[in-house]
Amino acid sequence: MLSTQAPGTADPSTRRVSALQDSAHRIRMHALDMGETQGQGYIGQALGVADILAVVYRDVLNHRPAEPDWPQRDRFLLSIGHYAIALYAALAEAGVLDVGELATYGSDDSRLPMSGMASYTPGMEISGGSLGHGLGVATGMALGLRHQGSDARVYNLLSDGELDEGSTWEAALACAHHGLDNVTAIVDVNALQADGPTKGVLRTEPVTAKWEAFGWHAVRVDGNDIEALVAAFDDLRGHRGSPAVLICDTRIGCGVPMLETREKAHFMRVEEHEWQLARAQLTERHFNRPTSDRARTQEEGLAR
Amino acid sequence: MNTSASTRTEPTPTGAPKRRLTTSAMIASIAEEGQRTTKAPFGHALARLADERPDVVGLSADLAKYTDMHVFREAHPDRFFQMGMAEQVMLGAAAGLAEVGLTPFASTYSVFATRRAYDFLCLDIAEPQLNVNVVGALPGLTTGYGPSHQATEDLAILRGMPGLTIVDPADSVDIEQAVPALAAHPGPTYMRLLRGTVPTVLDEYDYRFELGRAAQLRDGRDVLFISTGLMTVRALTAAQELAHDHIDVAVLHVPTIKPFDRETVLREASKGRLVVTLENHSVVGGLAESVASCLAFAQQSARMVPIGLPDEFLAAGALPTLHDRYGLSVAAIKERVRREL
Repeated sequence: MLSTQAPGTADPSTRRVSALQDSAHRIRMHALDMGETQGQGYIGQALGVADILAVVYRDVLNHRPAEPDWPQRDRFLLSIGHYAIALYAALAEAGVLDVGELATYGSDDSRLPMSGMASYTPGMEISGGSLGHGLGVATGMALGLRHQGSDARVYNLLSDGELDEGSTWEAALACAHHGLDNVTAIVDVNALQADGPTKGVLRTEPVTAKWEAFGWHAVRVDGNDIEALVAAFDDLRGHRGSPAVLICDTRIGCGVPMLETREKAHFMRVEEHEWQLARAQLTERHFNRPTSDRARTQEEGLAR
Repeated sequence: MNTSASTRTEPTPTGAPKRRLTTSAMIASIAEEGQRTTKAPFGHALARLADERPDVVGLSADLAKYTDMHVFREAHPDRFFQMGMAEQVMLGAAAGLAEVGLTPFASTYSVFATRRAYDFLCLDIAEPQLNVNVVGALPGLTTGYGPSHQATEDLAILRGMPGLTIVDPADSVDIEQAVPALAAHPGPTYMRLLRGTVPTVLDEYDYRFELGRAAQLRDGRDVLFISTGLMTVRALTAAQELAHDHIDVAVLHVPTIKPFDRETVLREASKGRLVVTLENHSVVGGLAESVASCLAFAQQSARMVPIGLPDEFLAAGALPTLHDRYGLSVAAIKERVRREL
């Protein structure tokens, strides 16, 4: 999976990775700004999936930001409505939303409610929030698009907590049975859910083996390693004959050291004085990042 | 029908052998002896509609054969999607198909569409107002399999769902006309399905199915039957037979439970007749309460007798026996009317 490219060389692939890292940084910054307007939120998850969303929206999806309902677009379904803050940031980064509108996040009459809803936000394909719905809808979209002869693909970002929901596995069976190779599931494994660590709430591992047993082509990567994500999506786009799943191990609060180590990370409360500190840490980490390979080594060290 | 060697016959008082009634659960027919019938009206109507509309697709959760969807499947195999015994993904997938511009009909048993997959019907289909048509077989008391298969409260469950159109057709004529109307309606719909050998009755009454409209099938001075679903067929028979006793009964058929035709119900209920509601559903949360709330909110009153299923989990057994026991048979309807007058 991982590139063998020597670090530090300014070849196109390194430039691609570097541009995506900048994009992920902006998504994180937008998420922190929105979080500050509400004083709280799923900040930890937003920081955790920022790298995935940057790669998806800047590198993977075939879409037209100015025309969110373009019929030939790839669909990106956010099952996890509570991650909306991250998707709004990504939609702004992708040019679907104006960055200025992010300031309305969670306010009365805003198009950006705290839990994502399709009828409110351009670029939001489904209303998530009740978990275990995204992959079923993705199944129908993929069946329909294939029936219509469309090349469009359907991506569904779900969380490891959604693997608790039986409906997710109903959909996994259906996608494999119907050979829907136009479906890509992306599972954000942050190993944490509302009642605590996933291994204590309801054990989901071994995640990769489960999807493989259901007939899926499964790839597992470090979801905060942009280079690995790019390589994995490139691989999955070429896969035919079965649906594919990209299992992404992510770190809650990734990019902001003081939030990465916070105890109550599922629904994070950030004190008023901490937002500026968080932004400062984020910027410090981003602009002083070493070359990509060294960055990965360093982040893995931090995670341990 | 159970024709095995273990089937015993019992002598009737007149000496003629009487066939022992069995549950014969999944193939139980609601047609009465000698009634004209039509086979699989839903499946044929959907297949015909699909001939004209390439956007129509069908889904099933391992019950295509038992919801008449197999007729569509055979006619349009490329537009049929089998989802397996998994109602949640069937309704989610129906939503996805509608999102990309197709017009799905998803069929299963009513109990599974409502009790089991409610969240999926609600959030994936009703909230985004998609043109998904959910078709539920075995509504109310149309199987002797007991509470696991008897959807005696599906109307009560679904009436609270914003934007959902709910249809309870009476016979094959109603079903055949409802199918294209539901497809033409832009929002989500739920239809209670009479499947297999279905009575054909309403063609004798100059009837046209109109979504959201109640239809006066018969006029009468003494009693007003307000009925829905298969009970309209029973109501018509009961009305004819009560005429022999000089009881003059009007029949108002209400095929659309939601949106409810308040105007017609209020007009007909204002004429001083005994109002008898008839429904193949619990007396809680179905037609009777729709009529009652309609009258109450309009500050109108009438003496009302609700004929419907009791607020309890019903027994297993043979369908004719159960319809008698729970008051849905023509004989039970007539007896109730005579008692109440």
